[in-house]
Amino acid sequence: MAESHHGAEIEHLLRELAPQVLGAVARRFRDFSSAEDAVQEAMIAAFKQWPQEGVPANPRGWLIQVAGRRLTDHVRSEIARRERETAIAAEAESFSPELEIEADMDPDDTLILLFMCCHPALSASSAIALTLRAVGGLTTAEIANAFLVPEATMAQRISRAKQTIKVSGVPFHLPAAHERTERLPTVLHVLYLIFSEGYASSIGSHLQRLDLAREAIRLTRNIQVLLPENAEVAGLLALMLLTDARRAARTGPDEELIPLDRQDRTLWDRAEIAEGIELLTRALSKGSVGLYQLQAAIAAVHDESERVEDTDWAQIVALYELLRRVSPSPMVTLNHAIAAAMVHGPAKGLELLRALDSDPRIVGHYRLEAVRAHLLEKMGDREGAIKHYRNAATRTTSIPERNYLITQAARLAGD
Amino acid sequence: MKYILLMSGTSAGVEGYHAWSKQDIEAHMAVLQRINKDLSASGEFVATQGLADPREAKLIRGEKNGMPVTDGVFPESKEFLLGYWIVDVANAQRAYAIAGQISAAPGPGGKPTNMPIEVRQFAAHEKPAK
Amino acid sequence: MKYILMMAGKRSEFEQYATWSKEDLQANVTFMRAFSKELKDSGVFVSTEGLGWPSEAKLVRAGTDGEPITDGVFPESKEFLAGYWIVDVESPGEAYRIAARASQAPGPGGKPSNMPIEVRPVLSSHADLGI
Repeated sequence: MAESHHGAEIEHLLRELAPQVLGAVARRFRDFSSAEDAVQEAMIAAFKQWPQEGVPANPRGWLIQVAGRRLTDHVRSEIARRERETAIAAEAESFSPELEIEADMDPDDTLILLFMCCHPALSASSAIALTLRAVGGLTTAEIANAFLVPEATMAQRISRAKQTIKVSGVPFHLPAAHERTERLPTVLHVLYLIFSEGYASSIGSHLQRLDLAREAIRLTRNIQVLLPENAEVAGLLALMLLTDARRAARTGPDEELIPLDRQDRTLWDRAEIAEGIELLTRALSKGSVGLYQLQAAIAAVHDESERVEDTDWAQIVALYELLRRVSPSPMVTLNHAIAAAMVHGPAKGLELLRALDSDPRIVGHYRLEAVRAHLLEKMGDREGAIKHYRNAATRTTSIPERNYLITQAARLAGD
Repeated sequence: MKYILLMSGTSAGVEGYHAWSKQDIEAHMAVLQRINKDLSASGEFVATQGLADPREAKLIRGEKNGMPVTDGVFPESKEFLLGYWIVDVANAQRAYAIAGQISAAPGPGGKPTNMPIEVRQFAAHEKPAK
Repeated sequence: MKYILMMAGKRSEFEQYATWSKEDLQANVTFMRAFSKELKDSGVFVSTEGLGWPSEAKLVRAGTDGEPITDGVFPESKEFLAGYWIVDVESPGEAYRIAARASQAPGPGGKPSNMPIEVRPVLSSHADLGI
C-alpha cells in the first residue's frame, strides 16, 4: 500500500516537473524535438530508479542533468557517426557542454511549451498528444492507453508533431502579446478537448486508464496560476470544475448515461462546485465576457440548483443569447433551443432548430436529431419523437449515447 | 488461441432491434455487458468493438482523379458486421461456448435471440493445403 | 475518430485468390506490408488482422440446453470477412482516402485490384458532454 502511494507521489512530482525540465533543456540545447525526447528518457529513468533509491534532494536538477547527458550522448554519437564517415576527429572531443543545474529557470517555460504544443499548424489530435507529453509530463504509453491506440502509433504521432513544429520554425520563446491573445483560444480549445476526452469508459481494459479530465484540470490550473489576470483561462478552469463536479451522477451502474434532469444531485461534488463558482465570480468581475466564462456561468446555474425544478432557465436562456453573439456555433444554437423550450415552450425550441436544418455543419448530426426528438416529445408528438430518437441512435458514434437514444425511443413506444 | 466472434445483421434486423421494448433492450445490453465483464475477469478478453449503424457504411472501390470512388447503395439483403469480440482461449470449444452465450442473450419477451455468431481464427502464415 | 476498413469476399473469391501465381501473391503481400507500415508511419494505425479461410469458419447458435449448436454451413453468396484495418483519423474523408489506397492492392497480373473496401465508424465509449 505504501509503495503504490509512494509511486503515485513520484508520478505526480514527475508530471509537475516535466515542463520546467523541458524548458531548461530546450532553452539550453535549442532543439525542442531532441530535448523533448531526452526529457522523456530522463523521466522514465526517474520512474524506475526513484522508487528504489529514493527521490533525490533536487529532483528537478537530477532530471535536467540526466536529460542533458542523454542529449549530449546523442549529439556525440551523431558526431562520431559523421566522424566515421568523414574522419573529422577534433569535433567530438571539443563538444562537452556542462549543464548548470539551476540555469535558465524561467517561469514562462510552461507557457512557451504550451503555445508551441498548441501551434495552429498542428491537428487537434497532434496538439493533444504533444501537450500531454511535453506539458503534462505523461509517458507515451499512458497517452496511448488513454486514447486506445498502440504505443508505437502515439510515439509516431508525437514525433511527427515535433517535426511539424521544427519545419514551421517555431522559436523557443513566448509569442508576442498580440500573438498570445490571438492564439490563446486554440490553446484553451486543446485543453478543453483533453477534458472532454476524459469522459469515456473502457471495456475490459487491464491497464488503469489515465483520468484525462483530471489531467486537463491540473494543466489548466497550472496555466491559470501563470496567467492569473486572464478571465477566459479562469473561465475554462471553472467550466471544467463545474462539469467534473457532476461526474459521479452522470452514469448509472451499467455505464448508462443519466441526463442532467434526472441526476441524483446529492452525488455532485460540492467542493468542486464551490471552487468553480469562486473562480468564475472573480473572472466575471474583470468585465470582459468570453466563451468559456459564459459556458461556465451556464454550468453554474445548473450546479447551484438543489433540485432540477429550481433551475433558473430564464437566466440560462439569457446566457445562451449572449453566447450566440460572442461565440456562435450550431451546438450553442442547439443548447439555446433546449433552454428556450424550458421557458417559452417546446414550439419555441423547435422554431430555433429550424435555422439549423440548412446548416451543413450540423444537418444530419445525431444531436440535432436527439434534441428535436426531445422537443417533439414535450409537444406530445410521440411518433415524431420516436422517429427522431431512432434517427439519432443510427447516427451517433458513441455507445453510451446510442444505448440512451434507443432506450428513449423504446420507452416512448411502450407507453 | 485467438478467435474473433462476429455479430452481423441486415439493416432491417437492426431496425427491428431498435423497435424492441425498453425492458427487452436493457435486458439484452445487460447480458452483453456481463459477458464482457466475465471475459475480463477470466483473462480471455482481448478486445470488443461495436460498429456504427449500417446507414453510416461506405463502400470504396479504388480511386479516380485522386479521389476515393464511393460505390452506391448496398443490397437490402446485405449482412453488415455490427460488432465483434476477440478472445484468447484454451481451445475452439471455449470460443464456441462464448459465442453460444452471446447468441443466447435475451431478445423480445426475454427469449434467447438465437442469433448466429460467426467464429473465425486469425490467418495462419501459410494457406491451408488444398 | 476510429474507422474500420474491411476486406471481404465470397468463398469462390477466396478460392480464386488461392490460384494466383507466386509472383502475384508476393506482390500483394508486399503491398499489404508496405501499406500497414505507411499507416504506422503516419501515426494513424490502430490494428490490422487477417482472418482464416472460410472453410474453417463456424456459425454458432445458442442451444436449448446450454450447449451451443455449431456448424460450418454457409450459403454460396455469403461474404466472408478476409481482414481489416482500424485507423484513427481526423475526418471520414481521411478514412475513405486510406480505403481507396488499400483498394488498389495488386491482383492478378499485378494490376490494381480495385477491390471493394467497406468503411465503418467504430463506436467509442465516449459520452458527449453536450457543450
